[in-house]
Amino acid sequence: MRFIMKRDYYQDIRLFKYRSTFFWYLALVIGCFLAPTVLDDYFISQLTFICMYSVATVGLMLLTGYTGQVSMGHAAFFGIGAFTSAILSSKGVPFVLALPAAGLLAGVVGIFIGLPALRLSGLYLAIATMGFGFIVEEILVRWESLTHGNMGMMVDPPSIGPLLFESETSYYYLTLVILTLTILAARNILRSPTGRAMIAIRDSEVAAQAMGISMAKYKTTAFAISAFFTGVAGSLYAHKLTFINPESFTIFVSIEFLAMIIVGGLGSIHGAVFGAAFIIFLPQLIIMTKDYMPKYLADQTGLDPVLYGLMIILFILFEPLGIYGRWRKTRFYFEMFPLYKKDTFRREKKYFKAERH
Amino acid sequence: MELFNEILQTILSGVSIGCIYGLVALGFVLIFKATEIINFAQGEMMVLGAFIALTLINVLGFPYWIALLLTTVLLGLFGMLLERTVLRSLIGEPVFAIVMLTIGLGYFVRSSVSMVPGWGTDTHGFRTPFTDRVVRYGELVLSWEQLAIILMTGALILILFAFFRFTRIGVAMRAASQNQLAAAYMGISVNRVFSLTWTISAALGGFAGVLLSPITFVHMNMGFIGLKAFPAAVLGGFGSIPGAIVGGLIIGITESLAGVYLPVGWKDIAAYIILILVLIIRPQGLFGIQEKKKV
Amino acid sequence: MSFFEAQQISISFGGLMALNGVSFEVNKGEVFSIIGPNGAGKTTIFNCINRYYDLDEGSFIFKDKDISKVRPHVVADLGISRTFQNIELFKNTTAIDNLLLGRHRHRRSNLFTEALFSPFVQRQEIDSREKAEEVIDFLDLQAYRDQMVAGLPFGVQKTVELGRALAMEPELLLLDEPSSGMNMEEIEDLAFWITDIKEELGITILMVEHNMRLVKEISDRVLALNFGVVLTQGDPKGVLGHPEVMQAYLGDEGVSITG
Repeated sequence: MRFIMKRDYYQDIRLFKYRSTFFWYLALVIGCFLAPTVLDDYFISQLTFICMYSVATVGLMLLTGYTGQVSMGHAAFFGIGAFTSAILSSKGVPFVLALPAAGLLAGVVGIFIGLPALRLSGLYLAIATMGFGFIVEEILVRWESLTHGNMGMMVDPPSIGPLLFESETSYYYLTLVILTLTILAARNILRSPTGRAMIAIRDSEVAAQAMGISMAKYKTTAFAISAFFTGVAGSLYAHKLTFINPESFTIFVSIEFLAMIIVGGLGSIHGAVFGAAFIIFLPQLIIMTKDYMPKYLADQTGLDPVLYGLMIILFILFEPLGIYGRWRKTRFYFEMFPLYKKDTFRREKKYFKAERH
Repeated sequence: MELFNEILQTILSGVSIGCIYGLVALGFVLIFKATEIINFAQGEMMVLGAFIALTLINVLGFPYWIALLLTTVLLGLFGMLLERTVLRSLIGEPVFAIVMLTIGLGYFVRSSVSMVPGWGTDTHGFRTPFTDRVVRYGELVLSWEQLAIILMTGALILILFAFFRFTRIGVAMRAASQNQLAAAYMGISVNRVFSLTWTISAALGGFAGVLLSPITFVHMNMGFIGLKAFPAAVLGGFGSIPGAIVGGLIIGITESLAGVYLPVGWKDIAAYIILILVLIIRPQGLFGIQEKKKV
Repeated sequence: MSFFEAQQISISFGGLMALNGVSFEVNKGEVFSIIGPNGAGKTTIFNCINRYYDLDEGSFIFKDKDISKVRPHVVADLGISRTFQNIELFKNTTAIDNLLLGRHRHRRSNLFTEALFSPFVQRQEIDSREKAEEVIDFLDLQAYRDQMVAGLPFGVQKTVELGRALAMEPELLLLDEPSSGMNMEEIEDLAFWITDIKEELGITILMVEHNMRLVKEISDRVLALNFGVVLTQGDPKGVLGHPEVMQAYLGDEGVSITG
């Protein structure tokens, strides 16, 4: 069993609790940077997608996993980010400005969506954000003078000064750096008053207000941060695909983001990244297992969504804490070996816990 | 006079589609009242219902009315099965997780439908007693298909009303939706109420699917109409049975009018614009009552 | 001018008068208890102070400022903190995080400095922790510091909630049935803590309580409430022995309620 000899309060606010943790993360970052030397272009491109989607899921995790506000319209922020970046780039604005601009515009829209959220709770908010998603999608389709509607827009690969991010490897590094910065910022916010206030709102709004936490301020802040990150991810997405149209930002993308954070494990940044990785690799896994399936089944176009739906169902039924929860349990098992008790993580049986009465 | 007729015609087609929204919304509302969950797979119940009716009529040669009845019953059984196998174990889990589960169920059901031989991803249709028949009233021409939807929805609502008003189990269901704990103390089996709620709501979905089939045809994606039923349910306050129907009618009529008199694109988002406006002005919906947690 | 004052407050829920023209004054540095049978409207007073409910009539005056119209979080910003009858902790966080949330009103950082975790934010975090550790020492919560609140015993959760309210460094502390659900020893500790909070920390306490012994031991003044109406107020002995109070609790048989 590890323990820390605490001599200083600073030890409580460090990013890494144990020195060994720091080295493991360092190893992970170095590993990520060396990945292109051993992996082929296709694989690197998949990793790029994971980094890109992770930026968005970290954003959604802050809102849904930490603040408890379910958004079924995050594809809209993703789309706003993508189109802002695409339009600015087509007007000759450099990428270093277009990327934050995409995030900022999404963030500002996020504030406006956060305002009605003050009066809505739980599922009403989910439905309202879903409606918002549909409206934004329709605007992207109809505002043809700006977005070219369903024709879509071509986007150039980004460049910063003399650096051109055109090859798979260079773009991978770009997204990796942005993901790292995103995670650092999210972690920093979470160990500061704002992050704690967000968690407080999730766990008890009444008590949060009694502690002096302004609902108006922190709910809109959570929406803004979340939308900002998702907008940045949208910008990365646009420059990666080099072609976007409104069909890429439908309700299904919003649901995919939600699936990612659920599968990864709600309420943890690890979960956001794990979930994105899992969902990106899922089609790969399906293709790999197709050889072992009956031919009739393997040829079905509906196979992917069936397995996708099934996976969501199974995760919620059997592993509600997601991949990160599974990971923690496994780690705990080895730390406590051979004293591990099967019931340590057993769910408390809750019954009829209605919030209404 | 011609303009008047045109408007009337538009409104009437809005009413008939609004009835469908209302029926789907009713499915949401019943489940929400009983369990505080929104069932995102409600639209898929329609898909399943429509395809079952399609098979019954086109392949097995059943008459329309029998097929309608049989589909409703089958879907009810499906709902009951779903509750027993999947949803019951999740009582007390975070609502959002269960909602996500129903989204997963939606994906699963919809895509499974496309894998069934003979159903697939194609668009199908079946003959009903109303196909190609119209009613003329002066200048006004109404299709029987639309009228049938309106009449049958009306009849169904009367049946439901009587069920909740006069039957023991109906009253028990209302009681359980008010206060589960108190209902349990009074000897109502809350598990049975849940099970019945899912049964009724799935059956409603199937019924709506069969009704809708002549208008949109039978297709694996016809369930997306369920997404429009959310605004209807919210408009009605998400806890009120008449509210759901009125909400559905409002959405249906607005959409229909927007389709004729507003620029292209408005029709598809009219429902959501109304939704967001209502939520901003009156978050508890038109018929809802605001409830506060006790601290 | 008194420290905290309720002026003719009234509120009704669907025709039921929960509070009807209730007035009282709390002086700085005293323990003021509100007693009354179930449904008398005691907790409703707290919920109104916290702006969870809107008053129909009347107002609360805190340090010469009308606080009955401010937004809910402002009440805490002004220095009024509270605990809840049925525990409203932030369940999925640790005890220390709950205490740190009590420090919220003292923060000076903003989102941007926090995202960078600048030296200023670090300094502020360390200060918050020092303060939280003081509260932990005061309430003997050391053993539970890093544990998830959801898994703690009920009595400890109540103590953590008291700690969270104290970490805020309030001027007025509202305690909603602090002893309910606690065992004998915990109540004994509580009685000492409340006295210490009053005497050492100089915090004024407004308390709703059912345990008459506790009320009698630690209150400076007591107010008795029934069906939203004030029965009587004054020193503990006089109020607890008041015939109307006894009647409200016990019906017509005149039995001493302090046992």
